[in-house]
Amino acid sequence: MSETAQTASATIVNDFSIMAATKNGSGSQTANLTILRTLFKMGIPVNGKNVFPSNIQGQPTWYWIRASKDGYLARTDEADIVISLNPDSAIYDYASVKSGGAFIYAEDLKMSLDRKDVSHYPIPTRKIANALETDVRLRSYGANMVYVGGLAWLLGIDLKVIESSLMFHFNGKAKPVQSNMKLVTEAYNWAAANWKKTDPYRVEPMDKTAGQIMIDGNTASALGAVYGGVSFIGWYPITPATGVADGLGEFLPKLRTDPETGKPTYAIVQAEDELAALGMVIGAGWMGARAMTSTSGPGISLMAEFTGYAYFAEIPAVIVDVTRMGPSTGLPTRVSQGDVMKAYFLGHGDVKNICLLPGNVGECFEHGWKAFDIAEHIQTPVFVLSDLDLGMNNHMSQPFAYPDKPMDRGKVLSADDLTRLKGFARYRDVDGDAIGWRTLPGTDHPLAAYFTRGTGHNERAAYSEKSADWQGNLDRLARKHETARTLLDEVAGPVIEQVDGAEIAIISYGSNDFGVQEARARLAKEGHKISYLRVRALPLSNSIKDFVAKHKRVYVVEMNQDAQMRALLQLHMPDQATKLIAANVCDGLPLTAKWISGKILEEEKKA
Amino acid sequence: MGHIPNINMPATMPGAKPGAPSPAAAAPKVNLIGLEKNEYRGNESTLCNGCGHDSISARIIDATYELGIRPEQTIKLSGIGCSSKSPAYWLNRSHGFNSLHGRMPSVATGALMANHLLNAIGVSGDGDTGSIGIGQFKHILRKNVRMVYIVENNGVYGLTKGQFSATTDKGQELKYAGHNDFMPIDLCLEAIASGCGFVARGFAGNAKQVTALIKAALNHNGTALLDIISPCVTFNNKDDSTKSYAWGREHDERVNDINFVAPYDEVQIEDFPAGVEKEVELHNGAKIVLAKTDHSHDPTDMFAAMRLLAEAREKQQFITGLIYVNPSAPNLSEVLNLGDVPLARLPAEKLRPSAESLAKLMAGMV
Repeated sequence: MSETAQTASATIVNDFSIMAATKNGSGSQTANLTILRTLFKMGIPVNGKNVFPSNIQGQPTWYWIRASKDGYLARTDEADIVISLNPDSAIYDYASVKSGGAFIYAEDLKMSLDRKDVSHYPIPTRKIANALETDVRLRSYGANMVYVGGLAWLLGIDLKVIESSLMFHFNGKAKPVQSNMKLVTEAYNWAAANWKKTDPYRVEPMDKTAGQIMIDGNTASALGAVYGGVSFIGWYPITPATGVADGLGEFLPKLRTDPETGKPTYAIVQAEDELAALGMVIGAGWMGARAMTSTSGPGISLMAEFTGYAYFAEIPAVIVDVTRMGPSTGLPTRVSQGDVMKAYFLGHGDVKNICLLPGNVGECFEHGWKAFDIAEHIQTPVFVLSDLDLGMNNHMSQPFAYPDKPMDRGKVLSADDLTRLKGFARYRDVDGDAIGWRTLPGTDHPLAAYFTRGTGHNERAAYSEKSADWQGNLDRLARKHETARTLLDEVAGPVIEQVDGAEIAIISYGSNDFGVQEARARLAKEGHKISYLRVRALPLSNSIKDFVAKHKRVYVVEMNQDAQMRALLQLHMPDQATKLIAANVCDGLPLTAKWISGKILEEEKKA
Repeated sequence: MGHIPNINMPATMPGAKPGAPSPAAAAPKVNLIGLEKNEYRGNESTLCNGCGHDSISARIIDATYELGIRPEQTIKLSGIGCSSKSPAYWLNRSHGFNSLHGRMPSVATGALMANHLLNAIGVSGDGDTGSIGIGQFKHILRKNVRMVYIVENNGVYGLTKGQFSATTDKGQELKYAGHNDFMPIDLCLEAIASGCGFVARGFAGNAKQVTALIKAALNHNGTALLDIISPCVTFNNKDDSTKSYAWGREHDERVNDINFVAPYDEVQIEDFPAGVEKEVELHNGAKIVLAKTDHSHDPTDMFAAMRLLAEAREKQQFITGLIYVNPSAPNLSEVLNLGDVPLARLPAEKLRPSAESLAKLMAGMV
């Protein structure tokens, strides 16, 4: 390795962002994930983010890897190291290199490379790939592995770790590991012989990822559902939620085939559209199965009528909404938190749905199983609002904790109960929590049946247009919403970090947590004391009112155009509404600490 | 024989059910499982006097009572419209689900995968199925969910007071809607095209035929479509309407006379003086015996069935009977390989994998 004395003084270890610019469908994902896995295996906190087009092949795509010795894993705006393998986006990619950063590029790139503040590293990707990869179809894949070898030399990565990452990626299959390692090694050696390192970035092994797992949120949501006892899935393909159904399809056969009978303890049905998907889920939930669907914004729109039905007829259902950018088809491969209000109020008339807001992949798993307990306990649809960044990108996490409570199947009367009670009224509040008792179809008792309907009904589920029945039912549903609020405080209450003497605070939710945590650390260094509350469920906890009361100004940080969560918070505490300041952006990318801290400082100047 | 007890076999005939009244001379008349007919009834209908749908409701009561269907092991579902109100008027001891407009099939699919052992009767209308719900209609047939799917077809939107539906005849005049310019959708043709294995058309005015069709449909191992022409006395019962009582009585051309024969019934050939056109054995040993009429039609021949329907549509013929049957296609719960215990009844220990399994998975992701 030929390192210069000049770089040693300015070395930056385990703290940088890499942006790999490739064409989608070119096989770059193996290369990107290999780097990500390698840094993870070296014990360096790391996160990968795929910024990709809604397209199958040939369009520009960028993969961001953030390595942070301090454990900050939010997106960054600036790339310390840019890998340019796509001539179509090269001008933009070159301009994206941070001053002092490194630019690795295919040597046949034809454009002016005149930046004096950047270290340039050309590499003959095609030559190396073509020389080693005899299968023509695999050559474009091979070119991506060449960058891995070059980068390994530049950062000082041990090739043995790359090999073990490839072993992980290819599930221990020797052949693809060997062929990829040949490319990596060749490129590494070429770089060692031809490059002179002039940038400051290096890696060194550390121990900050020991015992942690790396997983995407969609797989985590699927696993959560599997351990939540899901037994019926109705779904329809949609980006970025398809991974949830894929995860269920992968893990259910392994984990939920009855060892005694060899039969599945689940059913997965791909529906003709999202409307039918939720219709199936509601039919199965009515029957007493734990049923779910996964979707994104456009699917939620189609599910509006059924959601309102299930809210009003009081049928459990779980809807995992991996949110993407709307309105309309929007940006299907970019993140946003634009469904918060819609999911909460989805349906016509006065509807308020329970929503869970996971902030990391661990909570994707946790909410994955808890959603069923909540749905069956409250007898209502429950949304889990994950997002594209959580769902489709790889995140580090502590291993998931096994459910700490037995399943809560809610209030269900058996045939024996009916004999003892001599009947029941489906929608009567007998326990004071506004939740009625239900029977499941097939219950062998002449008094078990009731008629489920979306039309007006009385306590006995009989059709009724009487004002008193209607108003009484809506009043009970409002009380049931308060029961839900209390339950959610127990199972998904807000995470509060109260800072002594803080005048200002941040309220946020979901995957914004990464950016908010880093922004708070930055601002704390500059002397700003900022409390933080992370919302994890709707309806909003009453404890949020007390939190806001303790501060003068509260910034509501979120990724949507209309500051939807702020509006919900203002409705929740009208007397404190003016304290809540919108800190929102909707550009399709996960929030950065730089943007959040900048926004707060800008607003603070006005205060 | 399938593992699904659609109907009660002789083993469960009177006396077998604990607590069933013994058929003493003075005792009320009961069926195979000791239930009186009253126990198959529902609330009083709120439809117009003379509505064809009420006749169909009565036939559902007759068929389920005569077959000895267990009401508690049966669900009834519907969409939205006059027809979809009707499940409230029969089988009060069965759980009911009055769903959304055109969306009964998806609810039925989910419900019946969660418990595939139950019987299901779905009721829809020509608007509910032929217009807003045609997608779900075709997809449930394609998936072959085991249920009876009855379309109470009157060629008009009743509940919204007289608009044309997708099955209204071309050229028809209605007081509210004016002149209809479009060809009707033939739901039986659509059903065959979608892979349905039991397609029949009936006329609400022919009680014997409708009862036999419902009985056979309840024993079909998949989705059974019954397109029953059911006159709307308020909006579409003028004598020149093909959906009217008068038209049905005058023009009903039965392509066969359907008779349902339970496995324990003894039927003699002499019972069919005109002769037997065809016998079709169902998955559970029950039989459909088709007696001869003036027509000659083989309902096991899909292409013949499609031709019959296409020609009838062209000539505006009012044909009824069992048009197509294929008893051998697997239903959705069989395709999904579901076990003997319904998913909705699996205990927690079957639903939540062990802590060890999670620990093992997590170890593989480190």
